[in-house]
Amino acid sequence: MLALQPDMPQFPAVVIRHLTKSYRRGGQVVSVLENISFDIDAGDFVALMGPSGSGKSTLLNLIAGIDRPDSGELRVADVDIMLLDEAGLADWRARNVGFIFQFYNLMPVLTALENVELPLLLTGLPSRDRRERVEVALGMVGLSDRMTHYPSELSGGQQQRVAIARAIITDPTILVADEPTGDLDRASADDILALMARLNDELGKTIIMVTHDPHAAERAHHIRHLEKGVLTD
Amino acid sequence: MYLLKLILRNALRHKLRTLLTVLGLLVAILSFGLLQTVVDAWYTGANSAAPDRLVTRSAVSLVVPLPVHYRDKIRAIDGVRSVASANWFAGVYQEPKNFFPQFAIDPVTYLTMYPEYRIHPDQLRDFMRDRKGAVIGRKLADTYGFKLGDVVPLKGTIFAGNWEFVVRAIYEGATPKTDTSQFFFHWEYLNETVRTRAPQRANQVGVFVVQVSDVSRAAEISATIDAQFRNSPAETLTETEKAFQIGFIKQTEAIVIAIRIVSFVVIFIILAVMANTMAMTARERIAEHATLKALGFGPGFLGGLIFGESLAIAFAGSALGVLLTFPVAEWFGAKMGTLFPVFEVSGDTVWLQFACALVVGVAAAVVPARRAAQVRIVEGLRAVG
Repeated sequence: MLALQPDMPQFPAVVIRHLTKSYRRGGQVVSVLENISFDIDAGDFVALMGPSGSGKSTLLNLIAGIDRPDSGELRVADVDIMLLDEAGLADWRARNVGFIFQFYNLMPVLTALENVELPLLLTGLPSRDRRERVEVALGMVGLSDRMTHYPSELSGGQQQRVAIARAIITDPTILVADEPTGDLDRASADDILALMARLNDELGKTIIMVTHDPHAAERAHHIRHLEKGVLTD
Repeated sequence: MYLLKLILRNALRHKLRTLLTVLGLLVAILSFGLLQTVVDAWYTGANSAAPDRLVTRSAVSLVVPLPVHYRDKIRAIDGVRSVASANWFAGVYQEPKNFFPQFAIDPVTYLTMYPEYRIHPDQLRDFMRDRKGAVIGRKLADTYGFKLGDVVPLKGTIFAGNWEFVVRAIYEGATPKTDTSQFFFHWEYLNETVRTRAPQRANQVGVFVVQVSDVSRAAEISATIDAQFRNSPAETLTETEKAFQIGFIKQTEAIVIAIRIVSFVVIFIILAVMANTMAMTARERIAEHATLKALGFGPGFLGGLIFGESLAIAFAGSALGVLLTFPVAEWFGAKMGTLFPVFEVSGDTVWLQFACALVVGVAAAVVPARRAAQVRIVEGLRAVG
């Protein structure tokens, strides 16, 4: 069964010290993040806000281990992920990070059930156990009756629910959400935010969410603002 | 199972594109199979040659005849079991396009040397009794509708004049690869007629077919035969029947090489088409590949998806192509009549077809799979929306 019980680790979920990140564009080095330092406690729900180009998505990508910083210290789930090689980082992500994307990023040729099952292929669980877990996860997001539907047969809100079920199916340490309501109408967005809040409250999931929307950010326990790559509060 | 399901669904995602690619593969594999079968047909004579049969011809040229009295001298050589004379006749049946091989032979010795030509004893007896009689192969009979008792008129080219032969026997092939498109008649009938029409050309033989009692002595006996007639007005060249047939093929080797090249060019073209399909596929799925990588799937999994899809399409096209090769080859062989005495799709051709499909499937996926495996997650995710 899916281990969906409140489970509060004894260490900060994310420790960030003097983190910097820059990109090279057309021969010029563009600084995206400068000397970022802060912690995110286990079980916290943090919103990262800021104008476009402020570096909030880049920071989220670094925390999620899908991009690498130039310098600084970055410990997530008590692992210094800057020391991991590509294979190690992929393995770490599979076990510790649940992704919720703005455009859901579901596989269009897979049903809701199969999409949610996808991350479990990396766990070595037998097919029957995987199926049981998926049914629980889809039940939690209220899509038990849509398991055999393909993404194209679901509304945007329903697709994002499937994506959330996929994000929690491996019981990861943190959930990272990049504009999770950015492609949804207000009602669907509220549903998704309520669901995320429930995952945080009831299951103790650490959630880090990037958003432009102040209404969405209100759901978070803490809000961090970035401006031109610098943490302003 | 999950991976297989994902691969197959991905392959069918753009049904029209996949269908067209499969059709392209089908045509390419079918064409390749047919062209390889044409090449095989070219070598039929060489491949069906018996190791105990030698062919003695003029050392100057195949068109230069040998005296018939050589037959007895060759027969007397130690290790020779039997000798038969044969003349290429090259008559025209109604029109030049109605080509089939015709030989004037020593009937008893020649047909005994070729047990692969199965003749009913009653028909063989009728043939022996009729000096104008002919033995024809089953394919030849079927192609032109010849029946026992039919008179076949041939207009001579090498041996001028109008000739008439009566079909007295129809031989069957011992195996499907036996040439049954030939036409045999009595050498004595040819010689007697030539003697009256052009006496200076009488008592001449095109080639002698020599059967040896010990295959391991074939080279030695060949040398002995040629030594026997060295420094004579008509020196000989003796070689195995296979070498003799290959010598024939070498005269048209450029055509065979061209056919072989074209068959592989066809495969190369479909490889380019397939590679383009897979490149488009990988480009369209950058975001999906990035998502899979973000979820923790490694380059091997992504590469496996691309290779699997490419191989699935290649296999589908090749399987259909191979299946269609058989009926199309049968139709083509029938249309070609006696030009290709044996037109059979060989097991080697089928394996080669599948091997080509495998190469196409793998080669087409190499670059797209590499790109998918190397996609940077952050950049790939930006491709959404």
